[in-house]
Amino acid sequence: MYEFDWSSIPGALPFLWDGMKISLVITAQAVLIGIVWGTLLAMMRLSSIKPLSWFAAGYVNLFRAVPLVMVLLWFFLIVPEFVGQLFNIPKGTDLRLSSAMAGFALFEAAYYSEIIRAGIQSVPKGQIAASYALGMTYGQAMRLVVLPQAFRNMVPLLLTQGIILFQDTSLVYVSALADFFGAAYKVGDRDGRLVEMLLFAGAVYFVICFAASQLVKRLQKKYHPA
Amino acid sequence: MIKIANVSKHYGDFNVLKDCSTTVSKGEVIVVCGPSGSGKSTLIKCVNGLEPFQSGEIIVNGISVGDPKTNLSKLRSHVGMVFQNFELFPHMSITQNLAIAQVKVLGRKQDEAIDKGLKLLDRVGLKAHAHKFPGQLSGGQQQRVAIARALAMDPICMLFDEPTSALDPEMVNEVLDVMTELAQEGMTMMCVTHEMGFARRVADRVIFMDQGAIVEDDSKEAFFANPRSERAQQFLAKILHH
Repeated sequence: MYEFDWSSIPGALPFLWDGMKISLVITAQAVLIGIVWGTLLAMMRLSSIKPLSWFAAGYVNLFRAVPLVMVLLWFFLIVPEFVGQLFNIPKGTDLRLSSAMAGFALFEAAYYSEIIRAGIQSVPKGQIAASYALGMTYGQAMRLVVLPQAFRNMVPLLLTQGIILFQDTSLVYVSALADFFGAAYKVGDRDGRLVEMLLFAGAVYFVICFAASQLVKRLQKKYHPA
Repeated sequence: MIKIANVSKHYGDFNVLKDCSTTVSKGEVIVVCGPSGSGKSTLIKCVNGLEPFQSGEIIVNGISVGDPKTNLSKLRSHVGMVFQNFELFPHMSITQNLAIAQVKVLGRKQDEAIDKGLKLLDRVGLKAHAHKFPGQLSGGQQQRVAIARALAMDPICMLFDEPTSALDPEMVNEVLDVMTELAQEGMTMMCVTHEMGFARRVADRVIFMDQGAIVEDDSKEAFFANPRSERAQQFLAKILHH
């Protein structure tokens, strides 16, 4: 019978908290850049300028057809070489966090762009016609009329995608980055208490994500009672 | 004011508009009617360039709508348009709806725009609703706000695309009353509508369209007393005898 021993957790809390901060930073910036870049991609995809539309479609299909772990590995193993040469960054600089962040942001943008595209399409065509009829340009119609409505319809989905993203940050373990999961793993490995640490990490992820998704549900009920 | 000359439009093999020509002079009120699918909404949307057309020419206030060099946004900013489904912006209050284009398109100051918007809102009898959102108003009220929103841009003419078709019957008149008042004040208007009572009361001319072509273009007296085409006779018989 396995004897649980949770005693290594209290001492490891500061280290785990540092890991959690990395997880949260990656999540926050990937959500932010993902939404901005995803919005641009969605607008390109819906544009009548064919090359833009093709580029966006290609981008989205590429990133949605490869596993996230592989994208993270590319950005960990290959991209830093190029970027390092390009900007003359000395060899051996720790680019793990930046490459993980870049990988997540670019990957998530593909998913966000699909959500946002659906959001833009959910706004009735007549709204654009009315904006044009008032003399607005395409940019003004998008910024003032279409996107605010699209985002309002999309908030629950965007937040849900953010929760998934937070869980996915654990995949940065492939680059040995000490995010929350990586930190828990390291502590467990060091103390020979891997099972306890992984159970504990799982419980923390569960509590955070479950609470967040309940919050999203509440928001949804409040703003879209139907 | 508006000159439509030999305008044709097609989607693939389907001709939506066939060689349409007419003119609207300053201060004139034109009613465009005809069976559904006759191209009347398409024609009116060509006037402010919301629908492109392949051949012919439309001149609004001396500016060619079809010319690729024309700044369509600028042209549209002083051609008012009212839509079948109102198309108020649901995420903005009535006041914001009235002010936004004045500020962002015409460059007016926020308080000046709100002032003007509220004056027009009062004119369509809805001053008390300024702080509400479109979803809190009835269809007829929304359409009156939409008219006020278009008027706030100081349009040189107004286009109406079936403004009462989406309304419950008891709300049709409140909108027609506003339009009638506008017509009597000398606004140049082009209205796609099935409201023949409105046409009789305020139109100067009636255009009847069928299958993409302008079949009749006559004074309202001549149109109602004595339509020349068989198609228009049938149409009038159907909508007037019930």
